[in-house]
Amino acid sequence: MSARDHILEQIKINKPAELVLPETLSFESDFADLTETFTELLKTVYTEVVPVKNETELLQLLTARYEGVVNRATTIPSLLPWADFSLSVSDPHELETLELAVLKAEFGVAENGAIWISDAHLPHRVLPFITQNLALVIPAQNLVGNMHEAYKRLTDTTGWGCFISGPSKTADIEQSLVIGAHGSRSLVVYLLEE
Amino acid sequence: MSILPKDHAEASEVFNKDEGYVNWHDETLWFVRQKRDKSSKNIPEWEALREAGSQIKHYVLSHLDRLLVEFERNAKENGVIVHWAKDASEHNRIVLDILKKHQVQQMVKSKSMLTEECHMNEFLAQNGIDVIDTDLGERIVQLRQEPPSHIVLPAIHLKKKDIGDLFHEHLGTDAGATDPQYLTEAARQHLRDKFLTRRAALTGVNFAVAETGGFVVATNEGNADMGAHLADVHIACMGFEKIIPKQEHLGVFLRLLARSATGQPITTYSSHFKKPREGQEMHVVILDNGRSTQLGREDFRNSLKCIRCGACMNTCPVYRRSGGHSYHNAVAGPIGSILAPNLDMTKNADLPFASTLCGSCSNVCPVKIDIHDQLYKWRQVLAKNGHVPKGKQMGIKAMSVVLSQPRFYQWSGRLGRAVMRSVPFVVNNAMNPWYKQREMPEPPKESFRDWYVRNREN
Repeated sequence: MSARDHILEQIKINKPAELVLPETLSFESDFADLTETFTELLKTVYTEVVPVKNETELLQLLTARYEGVVNRATTIPSLLPWADFSLSVSDPHELETLELAVLKAEFGVAENGAIWISDAHLPHRVLPFITQNLALVIPAQNLVGNMHEAYKRLTDTTGWGCFISGPSKTADIEQSLVIGAHGSRSLVVYLLEE
Repeated sequence: MSILPKDHAEASEVFNKDEGYVNWHDETLWFVRQKRDKSSKNIPEWEALREAGSQIKHYVLSHLDRLLVEFERNAKENGVIVHWAKDASEHNRIVLDILKKHQVQQMVKSKSMLTEECHMNEFLAQNGIDVIDTDLGERIVQLRQEPPSHIVLPAIHLKKKDIGDLFHEHLGTDAGATDPQYLTEAARQHLRDKFLTRRAALTGVNFAVAETGGFVVATNEGNADMGAHLADVHIACMGFEKIIPKQEHLGVFLRLLARSATGQPITTYSSHFKKPREGQEMHVVILDNGRSTQLGREDFRNSLKCIRCGACMNTCPVYRRSGGHSYHNAVAGPIGSILAPNLDMTKNADLPFASTLCGSCSNVCPVKIDIHDQLYKWRQVLAKNGHVPKGKQMGIKAMSVVLSQPRFYQWSGRLGRAVMRSVPFVVNNAMNPWYKQREMPEPPKESFRDWYVRNREN
């Protein structure tokens, strides 16, 4: 008998009587202002949330904030002339020297500051992790209250996707929080109004 | 990696030699527990959420076979290669075969308690494969050649100075340097090189979703993603109880997991893997290793609901004052103590006794496992099967003789009080285990019974 069949057989013999799933598995949140909650929450994980009117203003803000930074890449077409690093590489290892990635993401969750990004928005999965610094851009109206609402939106997660909440961090040395473990050292979130 | 050959009580005695250190360990973990409390209180429906988590997991236990088959079918459709392993050695063999097929001799690994359970690193090392643990805490304990002492905080037993000395020796950091920022940066540089040069990556699995065939891996450091997205081969290893029915159930578990573990509202990264990226090979190894036996133990099957948050360890007065290594098992603390006897009753008979049965573990468990009840029940199973040490058996028998005979009980009480008053050194000495790290109480002049008899008339 294969390991598979053996395991399934053992489970069949040993499992408890069948139960039904409870009805209440989803809870609604009632945040008065999603943007405010989202912004406050991300502040606690060292992430600034910046409202921005349109992509023209976004370009101005990025130019000012990341002045002097070389190896800038983006997935937002209107920002391509500003970027100096092309993402059309065949091997993701070539992204190693990337300093800043400005990436379009799909939506945010107010309760925990998590932002969903996936294959649908990325030429390389490793992009948000390998870059030294990360900026995510989401439409301002794309905020949901909590994770239950988030999964109502995520009927399909495509091949790969990730909730990102803040820069990479660790507290493995005496519980002292250090920002910048293996992934990005900083995160800024732009909420695009148009 | 060597596991201490001592039983929990003996190992704890060694751990308790330095009072200042034990106090620090205790307070550090209590601080994490307090963060969990604060964070859970931000969610008004917290208790209902725990109940939901527990119910979903209960459903999972009663439908495990069907959910696993559904997961396998969907994962295969997604282009993932699914393997099944009955025990640790089959699991390790499967991983080795995948690496051999790709002629890989070096691999990066993110946190996986399952591979600790299987002692996979040692097995692969014996077969010429070099495994680098990439979670900072795990890398630290790997360099020290010891196992993690906590499932979420692997190096929680170490002080900055220990890590500074270790990194000085292995990573060439400045002698005497203890700044966590500086040490973490050194590890970042050291491990980035590994991520960029390894062709295979192994990760654990926090949740596998039957409905989609996908799985979720949660980290704060981003190491699982750095490894998996750069490697040609991604191997994800899971115990079969990690399965959940539907993707929407992640909403419940991701709200519970990080809050219970460290008090964070969510981990920095919650990565949802479903299909391999173009040109990549993705494997999932599903492991039994005694889980199906535990499923058949009515009193203990709920232990399979565990989502490995570590809250029961952070709150446990015994764990906090004895340290993870004293449990000589991949998973330490209260949950480890109800999982371990299933794997080996003889070797782990001491663990269900490493508890005060205060119930704090059950109170913080995000999926409401009756941990302290199970600890109590394991004691009875172990005693029935002859796994309790002679000394303890005799003690319990003597106690039963005294307690079942009221006159003898009264006489023993009087004798005990007299001895403690007149010749205290008979009990206040190192021979008495109750005297360790404790002062004996002032003996009362009379028992409640004596007092009652004397005052009944009034």
